Amino acid sequence: MNPILAIVFVPLLAAIVAGLGNRALGNTVAKSITTIGLFTSCALSWPIFLSFLSGHSFLWGAGEPTVTPVLSWVHSGTLSFDWALRVDTLTAIMLVVITTVSALVHLYSWGYMSDDPDQPRFFAYLSLFTFAMLMLVTADNLVQMFFGWEGVGLASYLLIGFWFKKPSAKAAAIKAFVVNRVGDLGFMLGIFGTYLVFQTVSIPEILAAAPALKGAATIGFLGARFDTMTVLCLLLFVGAMGKSAQLGLHTWLPDAMEGPTPVSALIHAATMVTAGVFMVCRLSPMFEAAPAALTFVTFIGAATCFFAATVGTTQWDIKRVIAYSTCSQLGYMFFAAGVGAYGAAMFHLFTHAFFKALLFLGAGSVIHAMHHEQDMRYYGGLRKHIPWTFWGMMAGTLAITGVGILDVFGFAGFYSKDSILEAAYASGSEMGRTAFYLGVFAALLTSFYSWRLMFLTFWGKPRWIESEHIQHAVHGEHEHSDDETSHDHGHDAHAHAHDDHGHHAHGDGTGGYHPHESPWSMRTPLVVLSVGAVLAGFVFQPAFINTESFWQGAIAYNEHLIHAMHGLPLGVKLSATVVMLTGFAIAWFAYIKDTSIPAKFTEQFRLVYLFLYNKWYFDELYNFLFVRPAFWLGRKFWLWGDVGIIDRFGPNGAAWVVEKGAVVAKRIQSGYLYSYALVMLLGLVAAISWMMAR
Amino acid sequence: MSGFPILSLMLLVPLVGAVACLFAEAKAARWIALAATLVDLALGILLWANYDVGGAQWQFTERLPLFAGFNYALGIDGIALLLIVLSVFLMPICIGASWIGITKRVGEYMAAFLLMETLMIGVFAAQDLYLFYIFFEAGLIPMYLIIGIWGGDNRIYAAYKFFLYTLLGSVLMLIAMLWMVHEAGTTDIPTLMNYDFPVQAQTWLFLAFFASFAVKMPMWPVHTWLPDAHVQAPTAGSVILAGVLLKMGGYGFIRFSLPMFPEASAHFAWLVFGLSMVAVVVTSLIALVQHDMKKLIAYSSVAHMAIVTVGLFAFNVQGIEGGMMVMLGHGLVSGALFLCVGVIYDRLHTREIARYGGLAINMPKYALFFMLFTMASVGLPGTSNFVGEFLSLVGIYQVSTWVTFVCTTGIILGAAYMLYLYARVVFGEQKHADAAAMPDLDTREWLMLAPLAAAVLWMGVYPESFLAPMRKDVAALDARIARAKPEGDSMLKIGEPKASAAHEEHAEGAH
Repeated sequence: MNPILAIVFVPLLAAIVAGLGNRALGNTVAKSITTIGLFTSCALSWPIFLSFLSGHSFLWGAGEPTVTPVLSWVHSGTLSFDWALRVDTLTAIMLVVITTVSALVHLYSWGYMSDDPDQPRFFAYLSLFTFAMLMLVTADNLVQMFFGWEGVGLASYLLIGFWFKKPSAKAAAIKAFVVNRVGDLGFMLGIFGTYLVFQTVSIPEILAAAPALKGAATIGFLGARFDTMTVLCLLLFVGAMGKSAQLGLHTWLPDAMEGPTPVSALIHAATMVTAGVFMVCRLSPMFEAAPAALTFVTFIGAATCFFAATVGTTQWDIKRVIAYSTCSQLGYMFFAAGVGAYGAAMFHLFTHAFFKALLFLGAGSVIHAMHHEQDMRYYGGLRKHIPWTFWGMMAGTLAITGVGILDVFGFAGFYSKDSILEAAYASGSEMGRTAFYLGVFAALLTSFYSWRLMFLTFWGKPRWIESEHIQHAVHGEHEHSDDETSHDHGHDAHAHAHDDHGHHAHGDGTGGYHPHESPWSMRTPLVVLSVGAVLAGFVFQPAFINTESFWQGAIAYNEHLIHAMHGLPLGVKLSATVVMLTGFAIAWFAYIKDTSIPAKFTEQFRLVYLFLYNKWYFDELYNFLFVRPAFWLGRKFWLWGDVGIIDRFGPNGAAWVVEKGAVVAKRIQSGYLYSYALVMLLGLVAAISWMMAR
Repeated sequence: MSGFPILSLMLLVPLVGAVACLFAEAKAARWIALAATLVDLALGILLWANYDVGGAQWQFTERLPLFAGFNYALGIDGIALLLIVLSVFLMPICIGASWIGITKRVGEYMAAFLLMETLMIGVFAAQDLYLFYIFFEAGLIPMYLIIGIWGGDNRIYAAYKFFLYTLLGSVLMLIAMLWMVHEAGTTDIPTLMNYDFPVQAQTWLFLAFFASFAVKMPMWPVHTWLPDAHVQAPTAGSVILAGVLLKMGGYGFIRFSLPMFPEASAHFAWLVFGLSMVAVVVTSLIALVQHDMKKLIAYSSVAHMAIVTVGLFAFNVQGIEGGMMVMLGHGLVSGALFLCVGVIYDRLHTREIARYGGLAINMPKYALFFMLFTMASVGLPGTSNFVGEFLSLVGIYQVSTWVTFVCTTGIILGAAYMLYLYARVVFGEQKHADAAAMPDLDTREWLMLAPLAAAVLWMGVYPESFLAPMRKDVAALDARIARAKPEGDSMLKIGEPKASAAHEEHAEGAH
């Protein structure tokens, strides 16, 4: 059997068995099936990736692009597409990213979700997600890609709403799905347009035909006439913006943090949100034929990278900081793609998957240790208590901020982020330069908010005593210690009442609480991902960035740009390192040296702070522009349109006319036979209308 | 199979069952009805198995001249075959849905349903214009009775509204039919499908048929009977109404309007598009604010049927096949959604959304089925509705990007109202003790929902089973109407220098 079939379908089978078996199977069996399934997929994926890396066949990895047909799907006229699994370099990269992170997240969830009453369901969703994501990256045609696209959307919806009793989780799940659907509108129109132009939805055929249309074809769209490739690429990119939470369609991602933390690591950091980047890279020859669309991609990427980083500096919720950080890093990937550095975009996707999953899982471990407290204001001084988590988070932070020394060694982000900035500068275009400056500034902010997170969490004095969750935990331990296993994510209303109980007499701010390091099932993924965060950049940089043969035509490889990147002035190459150190210094001053600085700053620049803290007021704006009008219009269309106009003047009106007519007719009884005949007739009609209007 | 009158047998079995039910006790009537519908299902599968894909256009034909040119003529093509299979597939499920819920006049109720089955199959199998008309109109009567006798509190109003709307359109259709027979000199539908009526006459003929089919569909603004009818009808009545009766409108467009009046169809395509665009947006928004589960799903049906009409009037293969697939998919999914509502209505006797909540806790199996059908309703790829919606919209994109754009917003609005419904019913805290105490699906309910779930996934993953039988017939229809095909607004031009100013403009416009 072809291993790619097993890689893709084993997670599906595991999801079905665990999901349908659910309580009949029991927690351990369901968890084992899904986790073993994912580790199998992962083990099968690595040889395929290594074969592409080496350029030779290795075990079952062929080292060259293959397509495995699965089943016929739709054939309608000249439109036809089938289920098939495509494996080339691009897919191979995604395979190892997805299966590795997913397998580790499955393992991590053994510990993280151990108190949850609904574990089989959780693991089934995780495996289902993995299947959908694998279908997305192995797609050979746009429609199967859309299948995976929507499948991951479904899994994301189910997992965000996993704790479905919480109103906030419920709302966040709907928001994620609906906002993504706005992007899907663009994706679908893009597929329709692509079919109209190329008469096929097969990706290789489209990519082969696209270059010929560069600037040479126009098409009508919504009543105006545009360059064909620009229209198609922009429509498809709108889909990518939705899935990858780019500026304008990003509002669902921070709310998606309502899901359990392993979900945030897998879906909302490492894999699903990068699907948009993958799509642009997969279709890179198409985008290369649409320079205007690429300019737009660069613009959106750079703007998102900047926007999200600014918001990330002000958030208190540890997961939200990392969520905005993800959003910002995705912006980097997009502007890399926008300037034509698809290799750099994929490289950052690859390294980001490791260090961002690491940061999320580390945050999960902190949250686990802090009894579900997510507010960093109530952390502090955790370095000694949870050392494994601390060192894991440290590796992730060094990677994301891009610590490294040129030509010697650096952590993962050092290589990938610097490649992107260099590519943006080297592209020479106006938008590329703009992206470079925004990207460098965002790198400063990245360093600042990352270290802010580290300092608030692991350094300083414990501030745990003010946390309701901690108080609840301490109180619970005192009063009924064995009841604490029950999962309680809501803020318990009576948690406040115990403020003045004597057991908070500890003057050290701990409130008598003792954070515990996570179990081995949670620590192991942290260790593995730490290795990735440290080494992924150094080891894989030559292949991703500098080797055209590695890609084997899977992306549009811009030889010229790579050469330009090598000849950049030293100032450009060092700029990222300089701002990284600056960001670190600011964070150190503000959160270690003199902790009164942040409060003073927010006081001084209140409006700026509020603007950033409220995420540039996007949610409020959208509520005002779309959500409330939709409900208002719905009510008006219903009560005025359907009931007030159509029904009143339609069926009810007809009945009214006949009824009134009958009343008049009754008065004109004359004794003449013909008028009685008329009355009889009208009476008959009136009887019907009376029945109806009753 | 040649020569064996299987279609007549399929008409006869439920008819005999109906008569038997009239004279039977409640318990016996249930079993008779179930047996009759299962036999018809078996016959339907036999019919499908013996249908020669790619063979003659009209198969299983039967013809018996009666009087004055009026024939008892039956026969099916692939399009009719699929709709018949849909009908016989849904019927046993409807009987199952009525097993416990219906307690008064069970014999008459079952008889009405079986009579309805005969008439539905008759509509799709009739090859004579008058015979079609009889089946088409007579179908009103059992449905009228089902709503009017076994319906909810306001059933009389709903039943009359249903009757008034649908009858009004039909009268115009009958007049048109009489004229057509006079003009063409035949009542044979296959002959009429290839008869070229004068273009001027086509205009009013089209409108006369349109009046009937638009109400059946239902298209905006003649849709207001549907929410009332659904709300008042018993569960099984809603299933059959949404599952099959609405499809008669679409079938009418495919069988009559398009092939018989191609020029008029092209001429009025913009009327259809306009009404459909309004329907997608307006009824979706209305669905968003409903408090009554059945009303919500009824309004969503109007929006889905609008996708069917735009597909059918796209004048190309993808559009027509897509329209058919949406009809089949919607038949399964909306039927299943009404069953899902029925399941909890049977337990709590209210359709008020706010009375439920947190059902995932006490009814996990139910939550799973409801989730699947919700996702199918929003057109998730891998489910039946996606294939249809996708093909319909691909088809219409070749005609008009504006219509496609407006109709595709349905995927956003559809997701919003369905997920909002699901979240309110299944997610959240258990607010009401009685709703929290409801038991999960029993075997009977499981047996009703599982086949629908299987069919929904089958159609989504391997739709070839459904596309293959109709492929040749759709191609024939496409060839027939090709002469009136409207020009698309995309008008791809290759080889021209690009218009430089257009890009920035579009970059703005895309958002």
